[in-house]
Amino acid sequence: MTIWKDYQLAYSLVEAVEAYDQAEKPVCFVSGGTDLLLEIQQGSHPAMKTLIDLNHINEMRELKVMGEQIFIGAAVPVSQITNSALIKEHAMAVAEATGLIGGPQVRNSATLGGNVAHALPAADGMISLVAMDAIAITYSHSGYSKKKILDLFKGPGVSALGNDEILVGFEFQIKKPGEGSAFDRVMRPQGVALPILNHAVWLRKKDDVVEDVRISFGPSGPVPTRALLVEEVFRGNKLSDETISRAKATILKTVKFRTSKMRATSEYRYHLAQALLEKVVKIAWNRAGETE
Amino acid sequence: MKEMNIKITVNEKEYLLPIIEGEMLSDLLRERLRLTGTKIGCNESECGACTVVIDGEPVLSCSYPAVKAHDKKVTTIEGLAKNVGENGNSYTVLHPLQDAFIEYGAVQCGFCIPGQIMTSYALLEKTPNPEVKDIKYALKDTLCRCAGYPSIIGAIQAASASIESGKPVISPVIQTSSVGKRMVGQVSRRPDAIAKVTGKAIYSDDIQFEGMLHARVKRAMISAGILTELDVSEALALPGVQAVLTAKDVPNAKTHGLFIKDWPVLVGIGDPIRYVGDALAIVAADTREIASEAMELIKFKYEPLTVVSSAVQAHLPETRKIHESGNLLKHIKVQKGTVSEGFDDADVILEHTYHTNPNDHAFIEPECSIARLTDEGKLEIYVGSQIPYSDREQVAAVLGLPENQVRIIGQLIGGGFGGKEDIAGQIHAAILTMKTKKPVKLLFDRQESLIVHPKRHATQINIKVGAKNDGQLVAVQTELHGDTGAYASLGEKVMTRATTHSSGPYEVPNVNIDCYAMYTNNPPAGAFRGFGVMQSAFAVESMMDTLAEALQLDPIELRRKNALRVGSMTNTGQLLRDSVGLLECIEKVENALHEKAGPNPFVPVQDPDDPTIVRAWGFAVAYKNTGLGGGAPDKAGAEIELLPDGRFEVRSASAELGQGLPTVLQLIASEELGQGTEQVQVLLSDTDLTPDGGPTTASRQTYVTGNAVKYASKAMRDLLTSELTERYDVSPEKIEFKEGLAQIDRQEVQLSSISENLRKDGIIPKVSYTYWAPETKPLGQGGDMHVAFSFAAQAALVEVNTITGEVKVPEVIVANDVGFAINPLGLKGQVEGGIIMGIGHALVEDFILEEGRVITDRLAKYRVPSIYYTPEITSFIVEHPTADGPYGAKGIGEICLIPTIPAITNAIYNAIGVRVDKLPVDQEKLVTEIQNQKQ
Repeated sequence: MTIWKDYQLAYSLVEAVEAYDQAEKPVCFVSGGTDLLLEIQQGSHPAMKTLIDLNHINEMRELKVMGEQIFIGAAVPVSQITNSALIKEHAMAVAEATGLIGGPQVRNSATLGGNVAHALPAADGMISLVAMDAIAITYSHSGYSKKKILDLFKGPGVSALGNDEILVGFEFQIKKPGEGSAFDRVMRPQGVALPILNHAVWLRKKDDVVEDVRISFGPSGPVPTRALLVEEVFRGNKLSDETISRAKATILKTVKFRTSKMRATSEYRYHLAQALLEKVVKIAWNRAGETE
Repeated sequence: MKEMNIKITVNEKEYLLPIIEGEMLSDLLRERLRLTGTKIGCNESECGACTVVIDGEPVLSCSYPAVKAHDKKVTTIEGLAKNVGENGNSYTVLHPLQDAFIEYGAVQCGFCIPGQIMTSYALLEKTPNPEVKDIKYALKDTLCRCAGYPSIIGAIQAASASIESGKPVISPVIQTSSVGKRMVGQVSRRPDAIAKVTGKAIYSDDIQFEGMLHARVKRAMISAGILTELDVSEALALPGVQAVLTAKDVPNAKTHGLFIKDWPVLVGIGDPIRYVGDALAIVAADTREIASEAMELIKFKYEPLTVVSSAVQAHLPETRKIHESGNLLKHIKVQKGTVSEGFDDADVILEHTYHTNPNDHAFIEPECSIARLTDEGKLEIYVGSQIPYSDREQVAAVLGLPENQVRIIGQLIGGGFGGKEDIAGQIHAAILTMKTKKPVKLLFDRQESLIVHPKRHATQINIKVGAKNDGQLVAVQTELHGDTGAYASLGEKVMTRATTHSSGPYEVPNVNIDCYAMYTNNPPAGAFRGFGVMQSAFAVESMMDTLAEALQLDPIELRRKNALRVGSMTNTGQLLRDSVGLLECIEKVENALHEKAGPNPFVPVQDPDDPTIVRAWGFAVAYKNTGLGGGAPDKAGAEIELLPDGRFEVRSASAELGQGLPTVLQLIASEELGQGTEQVQVLLSDTDLTPDGGPTTASRQTYVTGNAVKYASKAMRDLLTSELTERYDVSPEKIEFKEGLAQIDRQEVQLSSISENLRKDGIIPKVSYTYWAPETKPLGQGGDMHVAFSFAAQAALVEVNTITGEVKVPEVIVANDVGFAINPLGLKGQVEGGIIMGIGHALVEDFILEEGRVITDRLAKYRVPSIYYTPEITSFIVEHPTADGPYGAKGIGEICLIPTIPAITNAIYNAIGVRVDKLPVDQEKLVTEIQNQKQ
């Protein structure tokens, strides 16, 4: 009754997919493994005969600018992301979110790929990537493909990735003048170690108007979504008290928060969502202003 | 790509090792390389004890596949100290972090220390001069349940300075006793500190024996039912399984328990299952994996019974009886004066009901017992236990062996806090060893630890107070319900303490208290630092603030007016003749509070930069008995031998849980024998080698074993003096003892030669002494119920986010009356740790049960305070000596925790006007109440 029988280190994507074919089944890919291995150990994930470790695949460990895009390899430890000057410059929301995943030691193993692949509705890294409108790059037998981040999820804990499909990395637009992003969350000190609410905002300002904005909340619904109607309130408008209060009202009307036992009631979540929105939008706005 | 071997560099040494299925790096280090300094606290990536540094990054080795470390460089705690010098002349140089951890008193139980140091090491490699916030960020998930966080922070900064300057670590300024003597009352390094910072310290799970089997226990995991069928055949048939035993295999006594033996060793067919942790079968197998697999193969059936899930429910007449004797373990009563007359006399009467939740000790070292038979057929048990002699008695009773055929060899304990007083795996491991004739290790995993061992009692406390307009208390009436869970454990004692302390450290003429300790289908509740007094202090200290507000009095003034003082009579009819330092504690904290916060510390202050943040201080006081009291014979034995090398060895079966007992005993013996601490070594917790010190509980060991050692030291001095008087024909007053020698008239003789000479004459220079604490009276008889009480006052600053309800405690001021501060460095650790555990109880820790099932069955769910919660602490030592304490000392282990909780909840009330009457503080509820106020 061991967690795995065979733990293989793959050094390239091709090798990983080949290893997948040849492996004794059941098999799955693992990057940081900080959640997966515990889940297997604690019986909440089926035991695996083979685990294929993706941490040694160079292109999955890269964090770089590619033309107009930032690329974050799915196997980059999140501590590197949060400390990366590049990410702090282009996507503060991602830097802030990854700095809150797990604890300090866990962040040296945990990866953004794992955070997203777990498809939890309130994964910090994932919520920030949604606001960044990230594209996921995957690799399988049929080669590379690209998916919008929101298309990666089928249900709570269920991703749309094929079993043999490797999440290679994420890309999103580099920061342009007038753009800014931010992330924040509220935890409860007791009980399950999941955020009560997390929230990310990306926006572009033009003069005193919010030209474009992307807003995500977690956990809201079975799969991550964007708060599109709340975004609509801001788009093309000044960031005034009036706009913010209309946005808050729109949260109440259009964003779904449910009660989770021993964590938070939906009322508390609505209350926090409004407070967080005001705080985070303003931070993103100020950041946007710094480079306008 | 498919590796055949793991090539790994550990502490600069290269290894090529075959791959083992499912092996984590921590297993490779601990089991294969025998580098047991890397500890396993939770095995679920929560506690950080297993932290090692891989290629410069701190990583949790418990969840890091060993194969993944292929081609990598690993540094463990064993790799930090360097051996310097040539063969025969080599010595170890500690890393500055190791030095600093010792100097600052950051080392207590020591179990988390390798993880703390490795995490800090990685931090300093990257950030040579970390600020406090950097330290808190880096160590956020490296938990220390002794909560030496303030000392850890100080140590890291001192190490950083030392590395930068190239000079030795600068020692901190530690507050010492104001009446310190040559040795006692002075700062002294722990005798086990070097072993604990280098990873050489051995805890139970670090021990291996040839041919050792591994045990697992099949737990019921249902909270109430009758066991109808149990099938172990599949488990027995599994290759590698050596034994599967059930209730019918229990040789003699079928139950165990500390006083009331109502806890079944194994539940038999037809017998009731009373809680989720009940043991149905035990397995011994060649490996832990096989034992675990076998455990899963054991099948059972049961008839469900209705679950009794709270003390109040258990008390209702229609509720099902959990034990044949009924659900009431004990009705405890306190009466003083006539409470109805008191209330008639009162100008104001207030009444409220408070609730406290269960807590888990969450010591970082999970329970572990190893049993084995010696060649002579004697049963040995290696275990970290708070009461070794009780373990021996209980194991012998179940096995039907004479007690002298059982030897408990106490190991270092990675935190106890009361949670290692009851039997955990000792008996099960012993039965399996008797059956298989092989050594058997029974290690609890974190989940098992959280489910099985006794918790802190959940209580409901109704309190009614009557006072005059000037604040004089005239009557207090309380009714307590305590949930003692499925078995008695120390429930009666704990709830008795809750009862007698429930009118607070005040002189009240009329008191009436009824307490019902009730059985339920929850995990048993037993000893936990604070021992019932934490619960009742929360109620009465909340009530005192409510009363102050009702009477428009200053809450400190109200307490001062009613405070116990010398000459007061407690609610149990004990006249306090000495050592009541409460007023001085109040004064010390009050002065410091006003210095920091001005004349109105209890008025809310909005943050000028962030109007959502409101701050205010809160105040509370407490008292806590030292020693067993209540008529229980309270004694401790100690033995001292002058060894052939001229050093003294002090022996006692009292337990060291991290609180610093070895230092206390070492200081006392050194003081009395005229020696330095290097001349005195301490041996603890071995039932064959050390005399019974009684339980390590009730803040009693400094007092009782301290006294035993003090008197034994005197006896040793007398013995040596009389020998030397004869041998050298001098009068006794001409003999003096100094470091390593005796001065006889003008001649100096080495203690080693004195020891040798005596031994040549067939005399072993050994004395023993059994100290009996002054007699106490049982509750209800008046007189001295306890030998002494410790007192404390605390003020806590809270910072409430009025939008999210989040609460922080940035600052605490505390004064503790400890009688005499024998071991100031250990005292500092207890005070800091108590405050932070108190913050944990107030804000973080919630042991959640649902119909007897444990929801918080992982450390990820039962959260304890991290370094992030460390407040700035201002601590005052108050020393009102107690007549019979050693040098006047009394207990500190528990009092330091008790007032923190109501100080915080009172501060929350002062900040936002919301009265917390149920622990822990629920941030969502605070927000709801704030919103209700606005409407």
